[in-house]
Amino acid sequence: MKNDKLIIAKKKFDSRLIVGTGKYKSMAECAKAIKFSGAEIVTVAVRRVNILNKNKPLLMDFIDPKKITYLPNTAGCFNSKDALRTLRLAREIGGWKLVKLEVLGDKTNLFPDMIETLKTTEFLAKEGFRVMVYCNDDPLMAKRLENSGADAIMPLAAPIGSGLGILNKINIQIIRKQTKLPVIIDAGLGQASDATIAMELGCDGVLVNTAIAKAKKPFEMALAFKNAVIAGRQSYCSGRISKTLMGNPSSPTEGII
Amino acid sequence: MKKIKIKVNGKFKTVLNNSKLSDLLKNLNIPIKKVAIELNQEIIDKKKSNNIKLKKNDKIEIVHFIGGG
Repeated sequence: MKNDKLIIAKKKFDSRLIVGTGKYKSMAECAKAIKFSGAEIVTVAVRRVNILNKNKPLLMDFIDPKKITYLPNTAGCFNSKDALRTLRLAREIGGWKLVKLEVLGDKTNLFPDMIETLKTTEFLAKEGFRVMVYCNDDPLMAKRLENSGADAIMPLAAPIGSGLGILNKINIQIIRKQTKLPVIIDAGLGQASDATIAMELGCDGVLVNTAIAKAKKPFEMALAFKNAVIAGRQSYCSGRISKTLMGNPSSPTEGII
Repeated sequence: MKKIKIKVNGKFKTVLNNSKLSDLLKNLNIPIKKVAIELNQEIIDKKKSNNIKLKKNDKIEIVHFIGGG
């Protein structure tokens, strides 16, 4: 498993767990949870600087972008125009080309607007961005994203922040099977075992935020997710046995006294 | 010197007419390396903020990274 790397846009990563940096009590807590998770990529949002509080701490002071890969997102964008504006600004902050595109279509279920998402993926790819795309678990849309220049397909397990776990395992498997791109489960995981299942389905990684940040013990949960992803990947790579309807004894049936 | 009203991150601010964008950034204590700046919806090259003079009703957006999923 030593050379088993996650490769996104030609960059190699040892960890297959990507974590979000939202919803933590403090930036210090967030930074510590990232350490426990072992994540090498973290998602970040682009927002206005608070000009009234000049001494407010900055995320970059807690999480060093030279050590951890920042993945700017478009959270809160509901159309292509806003998403493009946000990511162009993100690139301007310091040359970020690897980005997470997320164009939402509904404020309550937070499902992605796939028409806007598809359109934006095309624009971004043409502008030289490397785009990891949050999408629904529809294999046809995933294929279209691939054809539009996406660098990673990131289907939801369930609605963002819902903690429901993977609702449609079959679709996730179909998406994994049909594409050469990395498939990262993004959104909706609730506990560490959900990450193991994602990895056992053949996914290349998982992206987790709420399940860690809002756990009673975020550091322990970050560690649990780290181990769960490793276990799931090892299990997937080891080749599981086939399922049978009837039992099959584990001890020899010959020589029974 | 004449004073003008501009908008910074959605809030009105009064500055001297023809003052430089770089002065405003300094005045707001903005860590330039960690932000991106838009002037009237156009991203500006941060290194050139010295050459940009502020005009009446200019709309400036200064953004940075915060925690997000």
